Amino acid sequence: MDTLHPLVDALISLMLVIGALFTLVGGIGLARFGDFFMRLHAPTKATTLGVGGVLIAAMIYSWASGRFGVPELLITLFLFITAPVSANLMAKAALHLKVQSKAGRPAVFDDGAETPGKQG
Amino acid sequence: MATGTSHPKRWLAHPFMSATIAASWLLLQQSFAVPQLITAAVLALVLPRVLAGFLGPQVKVSSWATVVRFTGIVLWDIVVSNITVAKIVLNPAREPRPAWVPVSLDIRHPNGIALLATIITTTPGTVSCVIDEDRHEILVHALDCTDPAALAQDIKNRYERPLREIFE
Amino acid sequence: MMPLALDIAVAAVALAMLLCAFRLFRGPEVTDRLLALDTLYINVVALVVLLGIRQQTELLFEAALIVAMLGFVSTVALARYLTRGDVIE
Repeated sequence: MDTLHPLVDALISLMLVIGALFTLVGGIGLARFGDFFMRLHAPTKATTLGVGGVLIAAMIYSWASGRFGVPELLITLFLFITAPVSANLMAKAALHLKVQSKAGRPAVFDDGAETPGKQG
Repeated sequence: MATGTSHPKRWLAHPFMSATIAASWLLLQQSFAVPQLITAAVLALVLPRVLAGFLGPQVKVSSWATVVRFTGIVLWDIVVSNITVAKIVLNPAREPRPAWVPVSLDIRHPNGIALLATIITTTPGTVSCVIDEDRHEILVHALDCTDPAALAQDIKNRYERPLREIFE
Repeated sequence: MMPLALDIAVAAVALAMLLCAFRLFRGPEVTDRLLALDTLYINVVALVVLLGIRQQTELLFEAALIVAMLGFVSTVALARYLTRGDVIE
């Protein structure tokens, strides 16, 4: 943190705050929404802009202090690839357990008896 | 390993994957010393071959220009829909109107379908819940949607068409 | 400016984790708890990365990578268990 260019410093700070605030919005959504399927939208938001923003800030910080920032890049990619897969599996579990949805029951519905198919 | 005559396993059947594995290993170690280079080469050769049964054939991308343009569109949509959803979440007076949206698919390539489902989930506000490969349909849950048909059409125009250009 | 931004970010992520914990204890469905757990580990990744910047060590980034991997695997295992009553057939 010693000799960062003020612009770089500002950019990192901005990304950190944006990321953390979107993570918080994801948390609020998780606590506030009325049914499971609406809550399911929270982690996708927390992952994409939230953790994404924090990790971009970490990457810029690594580059500015002369490192590659590879672990950060790998975490970002890994989260972007895995988050939709786990969201899909949780949705399948909820449909299988017949969790109530405010949007009613979907017309087309297979209760997850088949294999989920290839993912990402 | 038993190599059948119909599908002989080849070394380096997935060159892109091998290159990615080798690069990530070297960058994680942050050194280009000889032992690390050897380890990277061994991993890059062995891992794709061991996983060959799960991978399917090598994907041929028909237009790289579309890939670049499409990546830009998706990243932009992620930012925009994040802000839209954040507004819904933070406004206590605003009750979202959730809806189930069936999206019928024209795309047939399995990797393309998987990527489409991933993109639908990654853009906040829509989550792909059921991927029905027999009926060629993805069941999407939308957080706030009054016109399911329009949303389905939007997904098809915006994401499915470029994906078909890329994969088919 | 960055120390202040780090403080704000850590506070926001910690608050998000508290909200996840609320959903984890409240339920009401078992899938809600699973979802809360999933969101919680994503937030832990963010928190560990923030602490890594704050304490200026690279080691914590690799720890975050491991948290991300273990979190994904456990979510998949639990979701499959809820769907099939079995993790590996």
